[in-house]
Amino acid sequence: MTQATAPVAVGGRSRDGIAARLAADLKDGYVVNLGVGIPLLIPKHIPAGVEVILHAENGVFGLGPPAPAGQEDPDLTDAGKQPVTLITGAAIVDSAMSFAVVRGGHLDVTVLGALQVSARGDLANWYVPGKNPAVGGAMDLVAGAREVWATMEHVDRAGRPKIVPECTFPLTGCGVVTRVYTDLAVFHVIDGQLVLKECAPGVDPDVIRERTAASYVEDLG
Amino acid sequence: MIDKFRTDPAVALAPIPSGSCIAVGGFGSSGRPDTLLDALCDLDRRDLHVVVNNVGSDFTGIGRLLAEGRIRRLTASFPVLPEFYDVYFAGNVELELIPQGTLAERLRAGGAGIPAFYTPSGAGTMLADGTFPLGYDASGDVAACMPERERREFGGREHVLEYGIVADFALVKACQGDRRGNLRFRLSARNFNPLAAMSGRYTFAEVEHVVEAGELGPDDIHLPGVFVDEVLLASAESPRQPAYSVIPGATS
Repeated sequence: MTQATAPVAVGGRSRDGIAARLAADLKDGYVVNLGVGIPLLIPKHIPAGVEVILHAENGVFGLGPPAPAGQEDPDLTDAGKQPVTLITGAAIVDSAMSFAVVRGGHLDVTVLGALQVSARGDLANWYVPGKNPAVGGAMDLVAGAREVWATMEHVDRAGRPKIVPECTFPLTGCGVVTRVYTDLAVFHVIDGQLVLKECAPGVDPDVIRERTAASYVEDLG
Repeated sequence: MIDKFRTDPAVALAPIPSGSCIAVGGFGSSGRPDTLLDALCDLDRRDLHVVVNNVGSDFTGIGRLLAEGRIRRLTASFPVLPEFYDVYFAGNVELELIPQGTLAERLRAGGAGIPAFYTPSGAGTMLADGTFPLGYDASGDVAACMPERERREFGGREHVLEYGIVADFALVKACQGDRRGNLRFRLSARNFNPLAAMSGRYTFAEVEHVVEAGELGPDDIHLPGVFVDEVLLASAESPRQPAYSVIPGATS
């Protein structure tokens, strides 16, 4: 049995840095669902001059940044059950209406955390067999959103790649991921093929190659 | 005269028998009917099938029922309580794990007279192919799996058949309610509450504020009283703060 070793530090983005990099790709007018984890760091990184509608699966359209200390309201939380704020013009609906928006094709993007993403854009993010299963809205979101942007650390805590030829964990959806944002890189999935579009500042493409198990095309333009 | 107000939760919930299927509103602790759940906990009811999005992160309410071995089956999308899984893997509770949007729609459909519907959510996954463990036996082996979903293609895409949920009872929470059972929710505490209320053949609502009939305008009622059978005042002990923040132009 091989002993997995923790990855050597190679620079790259923090979790907040991943959120900020992804937020820079959101376009004015987008309706964007945010899953739990790194995605919930996005509201504070929306670029100036860009107006987006941030959706939380529990029925909020128009999420603002986290609630300031002392202004938390237990009746107003995000998908991670943390107290949030609303932007002007926000709307709130029940859970069935919330997911009618999701499945009905009315979301431009859903941003989800990931355990694994495969070479053709399969997503696994709900269950490690033997551990505690919990699905939340992930399967509805990947079924309904126009684009699925996965955010995650490039490798797991033991240093094993999370971008893999085939997902070994149970799938959330098949061929659904359209972009992957990690601490090291940005990938797009184009015609079922993973394409490296960008290395994080100070990260060498060789490091990404070393830490990515799936095959991919480089288009660093 | 229609008067759905009741004063004592223990008396109100007493007719719920062991073995019941109970739909519960709330998303995490937001909109969770704690007063009714506490009252249910104090009644010695067992063998319950609870339909709820989450099992909270503490041992009150559903967490307590679970810890006391009184839940036979949980239908949920996102149990949180780590101890829930200990009970599940030990073979003492069944878990019907359902995508969140499917769970909401199953409750809505059950209350709306729709016996089943097709959805793309979960198609091609372990939650639809008959391999997800519904329960384990005492030796830790899989005792039963969730049934494989019937499949059908629409527009060249696979969908799965999901059944509406008609619960024997529902426990929900609202901000305001009147004697006719009309309810108004507040902010994201609405979540599963109207859907659980629709699903219940007999629905109990706890409200933070009791209002006179007519005080809620017809356009301001989120759930009409036809879906609600009894209305109780939420315990003043459930802590909450009134204000929420709107950040003007936060994303512009």
